[in-house]
Amino acid sequence: MLSKKRSLGDIIRSHVGIVPERPLSPNTLRIQSRLEGAEVGVSVCPYCAVGCSQLVYHRDGTVLSIEGNYESFINGGTLCPKGAATYGLVVNPNRLTTVKYRAPGSDHWEDVSLDWAMERIAQLTKETRDRTFVHQTPDGKTVNRTTGIAHLGGATLDNEENYVIKKLFTAGLGMVYVENQARI
Amino acid sequence: MPGLGARLGRGGATTAENDLGNADCIVIMGSNMAENHPVCFRYVMKARERGATIIHVDPRFSRTSALADRFVRIRPGSDIVFLNGLIRYAIENETYFKEYVQAYTNATTLINPEFQDVEDLDGVFSGLIPEEGRYDNSSWQYQGQTEPPSPPMHEQLSSMSYAQRVGNLEGKWPPPSDPTMQDPNCVFQILRRHVSRYTPELVEELCGVPQEEFLAVAEAISRNSGRERTTAWCYAVGWTQHTTGPQIIGACALLQLLMGNIGRPGGGIMALRGHASIQGSTDIPTLYDLLPGYLAMPNTFDKHETLHDYIETETPKTGWWHNLPRYMVSLLKAYYGENANPENDFCYDLLPKLSGDYSTFPLFLAARAGAVKGLFLMGQNPAVGNVDAGFMREALAHLDWLVVRDLFEIESATFWRDSPEVKSGRLKTADIKTEVFLMPAAVAPEKDGTSTNTQRLIQWHDRTVEPPGDATGEPWFIYHLGRRLREMYAGEDTPQARQLQSLDWDYPLDERGEPVVEEILKEINGYTVADRKQLPGYAAARDDGSTACGCWIYSGVYPEEGKNLARSRVSDEQYSLGWGFAWPSNRRILYNRASADPEGRPWSERKKLIWWDEAEGKWTGHDTPDFPVDKAPNVPVKEDAEGMDALSGADPFIMMSDGKGWLFTPSGLRDGPLPTHYEPLESPVENPLYAQKTNPVAKYWPRRGNRLARQQDPNFPYAITTYRLTEHHTAGGMSRWVPWLAELQPSFFAEISPRLAARVGVDNGDWVVISTPRNEIEARALVTERMHAHRVRGKEVETVGLPYHWGYSGLVKGDAANDLVSIVAEPNVSIEEAKAFTCNVRKGRLRREL
Amino acid sequence: MTETITLTPHSSSPTAKGFLTDTSLCIGCKACEVACKQWNQLPLDDLDWFGTSYDNTRKLGATTWRHVTFAEVPGAGGAGGQTNWLMMSDVCKHCQHAGCLEACPTGAIIRTEFNTVVIQQDVCNGCGYCVPACPYGVVDLNVEGSAADGKAHKCTLCYDRLSDGLEPACAKACPTDSIIFGDVIELQERAERRVDDLRDKGLPAYLYGNEEAGAGGGIGNLGAQFILLDDSARYNLPAHPSLPQDRTFGAVAAMAATALALTAATAWAFKKS
Repeated sequence: MLSKKRSLGDIIRSHVGIVPERPLSPNTLRIQSRLEGAEVGVSVCPYCAVGCSQLVYHRDGTVLSIEGNYESFINGGTLCPKGAATYGLVVNPNRLTTVKYRAPGSDHWEDVSLDWAMERIAQLTKETRDRTFVHQTPDGKTVNRTTGIAHLGGATLDNEENYVIKKLFTAGLGMVYVENQARI
Repeated sequence: MPGLGARLGRGGATTAENDLGNADCIVIMGSNMAENHPVCFRYVMKARERGATIIHVDPRFSRTSALADRFVRIRPGSDIVFLNGLIRYAIENETYFKEYVQAYTNATTLINPEFQDVEDLDGVFSGLIPEEGRYDNSSWQYQGQTEPPSPPMHEQLSSMSYAQRVGNLEGKWPPPSDPTMQDPNCVFQILRRHVSRYTPELVEELCGVPQEEFLAVAEAISRNSGRERTTAWCYAVGWTQHTTGPQIIGACALLQLLMGNIGRPGGGIMALRGHASIQGSTDIPTLYDLLPGYLAMPNTFDKHETLHDYIETETPKTGWWHNLPRYMVSLLKAYYGENANPENDFCYDLLPKLSGDYSTFPLFLAARAGAVKGLFLMGQNPAVGNVDAGFMREALAHLDWLVVRDLFEIESATFWRDSPEVKSGRLKTADIKTEVFLMPAAVAPEKDGTSTNTQRLIQWHDRTVEPPGDATGEPWFIYHLGRRLREMYAGEDTPQARQLQSLDWDYPLDERGEPVVEEILKEINGYTVADRKQLPGYAAARDDGSTACGCWIYSGVYPEEGKNLARSRVSDEQYSLGWGFAWPSNRRILYNRASADPEGRPWSERKKLIWWDEAEGKWTGHDTPDFPVDKAPNVPVKEDAEGMDALSGADPFIMMSDGKGWLFTPSGLRDGPLPTHYEPLESPVENPLYAQKTNPVAKYWPRRGNRLARQQDPNFPYAITTYRLTEHHTAGGMSRWVPWLAELQPSFFAEISPRLAARVGVDNGDWVVISTPRNEIEARALVTERMHAHRVRGKEVETVGLPYHWGYSGLVKGDAANDLVSIVAEPNVSIEEAKAFTCNVRKGRLRREL
Repeated sequence: MTETITLTPHSSSPTAKGFLTDTSLCIGCKACEVACKQWNQLPLDDLDWFGTSYDNTRKLGATTWRHVTFAEVPGAGGAGGQTNWLMMSDVCKHCQHAGCLEACPTGAIIRTEFNTVVIQQDVCNGCGYCVPACPYGVVDLNVEGSAADGKAHKCTLCYDRLSDGLEPACAKACPTDSIIFGDVIELQERAERRVDDLRDKGLPAYLYGNEEAGAGGGIGNLGAQFILLDDSARYNLPAHPSLPQDRTFGAVAAMAATALALTAATAWAFKKS
């Protein structure tokens, strides 16, 4: 019915100046999605815990589109608005790209190098840990812990990340204040 | 999640997302699923299209309600009344699944005759030690248990390991029972008496739900449970965030056991979790009281001094947890590598021991007091995302140093410049001595790794593109921090140096100098130490130091070299066992032994899942059996046996010490063996049931500023609840900076009914100030008939609804709803009460800029 | 671990494509709005809050090609006999008689091989004649913000994706399949079955955008049709959409009739004389 010829009535109802066959523009003749020839990686949506599978289309290190994965039994290609906005989360001018440092009492950020920040953080960690580490309680129980340094966060992180956090912070540094959103 | 763990054995959703499509009835309560888990909701819609009844029970008419067949408006904080009402209905009308209950639950077990219920003691169970704010649960035990099934509880610690929760039955085995369920001391009769007062009339009186609506729900559940049909329940933090949270969830587990809906297709309980890997972050915990795989952190209260002590104390005599020593020793081998050997107790001594509650609230209280000096904040935004957020900001301002790793310049990194306290002059930037590092982090498509979703499914994501600039994933940060510290401690002979230098910290690095993430997953899975071969599963773990395993419940995810099952991607029309890996052992429906009758035959053809194949001598079916695969249904309980031998071939709940689903929890919950109604700590309604109005063992940290409104405080006459919207994520750290999301919900608003709006004198869109004893904030009024007062005990109770996504940074700003919430916690897992408290509302604005 | 993808372009004889938006399945999540903006790389419109239920998008425009409408209907027999909340994802209708196309003097607006209506950006001169010609308020000139180019914009039904055999972004993202993309003929059949099913369940469902089904208001079938559960005005859809030329046609006809009458009268007069 959509391909049928226009009836006389249709033509009468139409605009007088109708162009019978509109020419296609150069862009229209070339029309193609930007995914042709792209590479694709498989990801998992970073927002809620439903675990939607995402396809990350990219070319030359640039993300082209992040969409649902049809093959997933969970989302079957679909996404919610947050999942659909993952491109906007990843490719976002507001993203931090440098380490920002605020000195005690300062009213502004300074950009610092990653290496400097890592060294300073390690120094602060050692200094605070050495100051607060308890090997044994007064009643002689070995506790090997520090309550001077804490960690918070993990529900948005990967399992491998949580694993090395717990391993270093708790088993390696003796930190007992290790917590995340699953509690609160 | 002891709400589920203490009754079923594991702290995870019992079902799979796609299995919701097989349900005949789905009840969504404590969750706004269509808004917060829209893609999982597609299976609810699928069930609805197949004819299932969808029921939404909630204080607010939300987008979930709009799609449900029935919406039941319930007063915030009255959930247990409703659930106990359903339990009573099933018992009194005998609509429960009797054969299932008799065979698979502890309904028949006899309880210590000393036990006294809240009905006998005016609102408390026997064993309350009021001055310590805790229970001694020895009177809650099975008859003949000479020792309490769990070690003594400590008010200082906020939770227990699962090994403690599932009980440690020491007495004569098996415990005495009455198969007819008539003995007055059997669980079934205790339960019947306990819920007898939760009549439809009481539900109407306390929940504000008309009796006929309640009965319609009860009938729908009864109609859709039994051999041929199943009902599924879905919940989220709408249940969790109460001072009775795990008890609410436990009431649901109790009801689902009673109706015979656990372990069966289209049944179960779907715990809907809010962050991509929040399940993973409790399995492999960044939580103070747990080690990976729900092993307990050693502490100084229990007999934990040596590894031997720890194992003696922690290992239940019966059930699957009897294998605990293998998991603990293998973990120590994963942590301390070749330094861990039998001679030095596998470095057990190096694990820090707890002497108190180090959960989030004590952490911030300690930070405010100057005891916690440095904080690593990795993907969390407490300055607006934690309750009593104003206090959290104050605490951040008292740290010596703070490392924030995030994608954007979140509030927790800028409190010294932008917080309301600085803007109002209460805090001065120059006086804030905190040294702050804000480090750019990476997001899923920029890093390799796995996350564990709401149905315990572990899925791998590829590093597809590079993170921008200096941004890195956490493995890079943690590895190099550890490496630098080890270099700094080199040559030092101190206990703290020995602890760190003993850590096995040799990870292969890739060409960017980052640890190879897949190697970490391989360590989590476990391997044999001698030849570094991957463990095929946790059954291969040993307690002699010959195996290392970073998280026993994840073992099997990487069962052999080159075989990363988290990466497998084969879906099918059944349970998609070829897609990812669900812990434990790729089981999709937990406790699925219960899908078959005691003889091993499916309860019905329509609801078959796994069954005993007599010819093959093994369990088979559509899912991986959650049961020893060759243990026949007729294998009897061995008297005075240990481990799995103590359970019969018809005991589906293998993690529990007696193999049963627990209607009554002799151990595992600190606030009682049965769910009972307590009002929230702040409530506009008086609890008419007992003299004890609120949870007697709820936690409260008295300090200046953390004031609570009195019960029925006329200055705070309205109920208030907080929640999320589809368009944003949690406190907004991943949505307020994303233009396409920010524009969809650009402003903080308060949802109120037209009647309340009239009383306050505001029109839709006007500004209102919402106040609690902690703080006051401003929001735009969204006046909607979707909000409505509840008629409770003869009075109209209005509810104010606040989405909590905003803060003082980002593309869209607004006050943080969390500024209003108090620092109180329920006693099992230290969860706050953000879903039911009280407030006042007035017209106007606060005179300050954001 | 990545792989390179090769797309299969559509066959040489494409069929008419369109959307079916079933409001009985819509959860108002706005995934369609975001997926559309993501694929078409459209900027945000504004950050204003309007207090109109959960709708802060408010209308289709030059940089918003999907828009979820929210209507709170008090006491209208929704669940629990309380408020009913109607949600619908609005979009360009890709009309059979497209007012915009017919009003376009430059030839920028074309009907594609998929029978969809697309504005060729390299031809459009921004005259804006198409804007008032659309009976649904879909077409809009982009004259504000950083992406302003002065040209007319609207949904292309993902012409670029269709050309490569891909599903439009909005329909792909929709978690509950409230938005279905497909061959118009198949969608038509599907819609009829669905309306019957919903009516069997006692819902007042009907199809909007199909003349045969009695809705759509006399401008022919729409390429994007909707299954509604209430008065179309509640979803911001006109019950009787009309094209400007239809409104003109009346006047022309009247003029013609007058002229005819005059001619006849004159002829009669001549004859008489």
